[in-house]
Amino acid sequence: MIIAKKSIKTFILSMLLSVSLVGSLFAQGHHGEESSHGHDQSSHHEEEAFNPSEFINDHIADAHEFHIADWGGHAISLPLPVILWTEKGLVTFMSSEFGHGAYRDKKASEFTRTDHHRKIVEKNGMKFELVNGNIYYADKVAEIHPEELKDLASAFDFNVRPLNFSLTKNAFSMILSVIFLYLIFAKVGRSYKKNKMAPKGIAGLMEPLVIFVRDDIAIPNIGAKKYAKFMPYLLTIFFFIWINNLIGLIPFFPFSSNLTGNLAFTFTLAFITFLITSFNGNKNYWGHIFAPPVPWPLWILMIPVEIIGMFTKPFALMIRLFANIAAGHIIILSLVALIFIFKTVFIAPVSGAFVIFMSFLELLVAALQAYVFTLLSALFIGQAVDDHH
Amino acid sequence: MNLIAPESLVFWTTIIFVVFFFILKKVAWKPILTAVKNREDSINNALAAAEEARKEMANLKADNERILNEARAERDAMLKEAREMKDNMINEAKEQAQTEASKLIEQAQVAIQNEKNAAIADLKGQVAEISLEIAEKVVKSELSDDKKQLELVNSLVKDVTLN
Repeated sequence: MIIAKKSIKTFILSMLLSVSLVGSLFAQGHHGEESSHGHDQSSHHEEEAFNPSEFINDHIADAHEFHIADWGGHAISLPLPVILWTEKGLVTFMSSEFGHGAYRDKKASEFTRTDHHRKIVEKNGMKFELVNGNIYYADKVAEIHPEELKDLASAFDFNVRPLNFSLTKNAFSMILSVIFLYLIFAKVGRSYKKNKMAPKGIAGLMEPLVIFVRDDIAIPNIGAKKYAKFMPYLLTIFFFIWINNLIGLIPFFPFSSNLTGNLAFTFTLAFITFLITSFNGNKNYWGHIFAPPVPWPLWILMIPVEIIGMFTKPFALMIRLFANIAAGHIIILSLVALIFIFKTVFIAPVSGAFVIFMSFLELLVAALQAYVFTLLSALFIGQAVDDHH
Repeated sequence: MNLIAPESLVFWTTIIFVVFFFILKKVAWKPILTAVKNREDSINNALAAAEEARKEMANLKADNERILNEARAERDAMLKEAREMKDNMINEAKEQAQTEASKLIEQAQVAIQNEKNAAIADLKGQVAEISLEIAEKVVKSELSDDKKQLELVNSLVKDVTLN
């Protein structure tokens, strides 16, 4: 009976999931159609080809607004603040202004499916244009094809776009996760101040995790003498990464962001670990890098290797978390995309089942990657503060 | 891979993470870790105390056992001693009784002998007296007439040999 109930629940859930995703995709398709309506004077009405990689990239990328749902062909989004440091100083406006902006005058054949995002906002005598989700100086990218702007080099080309400190979807999601974690752990912290006996309630739930981080991550890697100093950092990244991994798995507003599968985010965390490692590195650590225990003629070879090693360790942290989480999202989205590739709704139950399966796997990965990131951070810190050897 | 405003996320992540870290360190990690540490210490102390108590208990038990054994041995020794004493006393009493008895018997014998002797002596006296009386009476009767006196004198004179 219980099993039957469970399987029914799972089925309903999978149905809901696939239906909601299908819905949003249909709406998007509709959108694209509409935009081509407005500009395509020759009005060729053929169905736009579904581009899965574009669909997936759209979903795993950061965004300036938080897309909630589509209703009657219109996107319902939570507008987020756009904060730009331009040639003429600070410019701020809400991302919703792009929605009201004018379309760039362009020949219809030049439009891509995402061109409905290409809208221009005018502020402080400057025109800003949203291309592929990024904000550019409109007049500087007028002659550049959107696809060319997608490469890594132009992402950091601050001639064509202003420095962008917008509170994006991922940043919004991060604030959400931080508030959530604060509420949990402030409660736990308070309960420890009041209750000197065995932990109760949420504290009892969290304590094994805290002790796990201490006894299975910090102490074995850093050592019983020095671990205490790094516990707050290890606990913070562990829970921070875990909760954001989990938030990324929930496929609706206000979750569904792909924060931990974002390179900029993982870069920042890895960089913080790098800073902590470097600032806490003792004589032995630096000695190992700049005076390796090899005959001195080999130093020419070893010192550069060791210096590169300093950076490859956090680099691996950055890539590992990003790749694992992004891959999970890509697989789930690919499974959903199958429905549109086969152009039949009958594939939906199959996709749905696989999505459920992958989601469970991703639940595991979410915890695992938080653990691995914390473990390796502890390991690197441990190497930096190690006394002997 | 479409990077959207990476500098924005780096900026916000840094700020949010650092602020979050310091807040959580204060409101959560410090109290939690201290409380857990204290609790562990107190549990360890309690366990150590329990172990100590257990050892003490074992010692106490061993002590008790020893004392009990000693007491038992002492009791046995006392019993044995008492038994010996009893035997001794009985023997002594018997001996004493024997000697006393033999002494009494001896005394009794002596007394009997004495009594006998006295009785014999008395009897002898009485016999002598009675004999004398008889003799007196006989003599009296014998010498009641002159003739008989003469006869006697004659017989006596006959017996006497004059030398």
